[in-house]
Amino acid sequence: MTILLEGARLAQPKPERWRVAAADLFSSPVNAAVTVVVAGVIVVALWQFARWAVFDAAWSGGPEACRARSGACWPFVRSNAQLMVFGVYPQDLLWRPAVSLVLMAGVGVASMIPRLWSAPLALAWAAVPAAVCILLSGAFFGRPVSTNEWGGLPLTLLVWMIAFAGAFVVAVPLALARRSKMGGLRTAAIILIELVRGVPMLVALYVSRFIVPMMAPAFEVNLFVSVETALILFVASYLAEIIRAGLQSLPRGQTEAASALGLSYWRMTQLVLLPQALRAVIPALVNLGIGVLLSTPLVAVIGMTDFLSAVREAASHEQEWPGCYTTAYFVAGLVFFSICFIASRYSRWLERRLRAAGHA
Amino acid sequence: MRPAMPEHRLRQSLESVQGARRPPPRAAPAIEFVGVHKWYGAFQVLRDIRLAVDPGERVVVCGPSGSGKSTLIRCVNRLEEHQKGTIRVNGVELTASLKQTDRVRREVGMVFQQFNLFPHLTVLENCALAPVWAEGVKRPEAEERAHALLAKVKIADQAHKYPSQLSGGQQQRVAIARALCMNPKIMLFDEPTSALDPEMVKEVLDTMTALASEGMTMIVVTHEMGFARRVADKVVFMDNGEIVEASDPEEFFTAPRQERARQFLSQLLR
Repeated sequence: MTILLEGARLAQPKPERWRVAAADLFSSPVNAAVTVVVAGVIVVALWQFARWAVFDAAWSGGPEACRARSGACWPFVRSNAQLMVFGVYPQDLLWRPAVSLVLMAGVGVASMIPRLWSAPLALAWAAVPAAVCILLSGAFFGRPVSTNEWGGLPLTLLVWMIAFAGAFVVAVPLALARRSKMGGLRTAAIILIELVRGVPMLVALYVSRFIVPMMAPAFEVNLFVSVETALILFVASYLAEIIRAGLQSLPRGQTEAASALGLSYWRMTQLVLLPQALRAVIPALVNLGIGVLLSTPLVAVIGMTDFLSAVREAASHEQEWPGCYTTAYFVAGLVFFSICFIASRYSRWLERRLRAAGHA
Repeated sequence: MRPAMPEHRLRQSLESVQGARRPPPRAAPAIEFVGVHKWYGAFQVLRDIRLAVDPGERVVVCGPSGSGKSTLIRCVNRLEEHQKGTIRVNGVELTASLKQTDRVRREVGMVFQQFNLFPHLTVLENCALAPVWAEGVKRPEAEERAHALLAKVKIADQAHKYPSQLSGGQQQRVAIARALCMNPKIMLFDEPTSALDPEMVKEVLDTMTALASEGMTMIVVTHEMGFARRVADKVVFMDNGEIVEASDPEEFFTAPRQERARQFLSQLLR
């Protein structure tokens, strides 16, 4: 019966897409009115944007050209690209952050290829941030550069990468502790998670930068270290809950089968439970990753020149390039958006692929 | 009843089963329950269980649902803990000691109603996992063992597929091979055919019959009374958490001693 119906439906000519869309959008007078109004708003917004970005924009020349036009100031971007991308890092050593960017982008791209998911990649996630730290600081090989001078996109990506990789290391034991049969361990994990999740990221940053050194003055803590400590704990508490949800979603039979085979708790967790749990929560992981990346500009409030503050810094030279804030923020937004857009498209692709392989 | 085995296969497996019946008398029991009680909260699931399974013996456990039969065999490898009494498996007493438990689990294979294969691993990886990580066998050797056992359950050509690509019957045979890869001395089957489509029951029962004919010590919880009659040395009938009757299959099926067993059988064979 169903088969016959399917056949009949297939036999019908498929209506064109725009015809279906038009029928839906103008199905009643109210609908038609809403469609017209929304379309109008979209057209006006697009036109305004095009005027700003293209027709009224300055495309060449110097600051004078920009002063004469009311739109975007693209020459500003060209002449300030270096400051925007690398911040205040010493001019003559720019190859260091440049190589760092390439390294981190390399790990990022490699992480997107499921075939490469293996121990070496996990190692790369530990090795590359370390290598970038050495590169940027000049430790062991060249002129030292203090962390206060690190900045721009490499810093933002480095902060993000360490925060996320570090959080993973903390979150997995935290998630397991939260599910533990040992009451004390479980309580400790719950307290830590709820405490850290209960404060805004800004507060976590302040506490780690100003309050912890006040309570323990013996520790002279580097700005970079205190930022990462706060971020790792902050991200880990969210990550632990996601991982716990993944573990919770597994049928009990998986644990039973692994136990019955004589696998120890740790082997079972490592080989049977975590691989499945993590696969199950990939969308949530990507979501969290995007959220953390977009929150990194907050590190500026305790004095770090991340990508966004480097961009703001570039735009703040009013006497040279006046009124370039809009252009500068537009570029920053575009960079953040591109990274996150790629990540979210990728996550959708990955989900579909894992489902198609039938072992999601 | 399930579709019957072809006549010659049936006779063959019957002969081999009978040929291997009961090794020389009175070896120490492979599994021993002495006065075992178990509660879930206030609800008692096992009452004073006394049962000895000899090496090479094949025991079928049956009874109405909720009678405690699954709980009984899950106590053998301590997936469930008992609160009172003693359980000994190959002479090792099951206690809170993780070491003892692990030792017992390596000697006892288990097959579940829902197969419980690891969906993120291929069939071969499913089979080789425990030998490598619980027993410490080198990977090539573990895979060789896995290939041999997959061939034995007649599924060698599926070694590189994922569980979700197999039929239920095939998955259950993989689960049997996976358990056998640890070279267990005892196999537990917890309603191994209950989740299968009818046409796949036979292939799984055949595999189990073949295993029985090799002298494997087995406890099988099942409603397959034909299988019980052909293969079992002893049929244990449980109701309400206690063993009501434990007898020879011929006797159990033709002249059950207890009224409850009679009722149960009459419902099954309706």
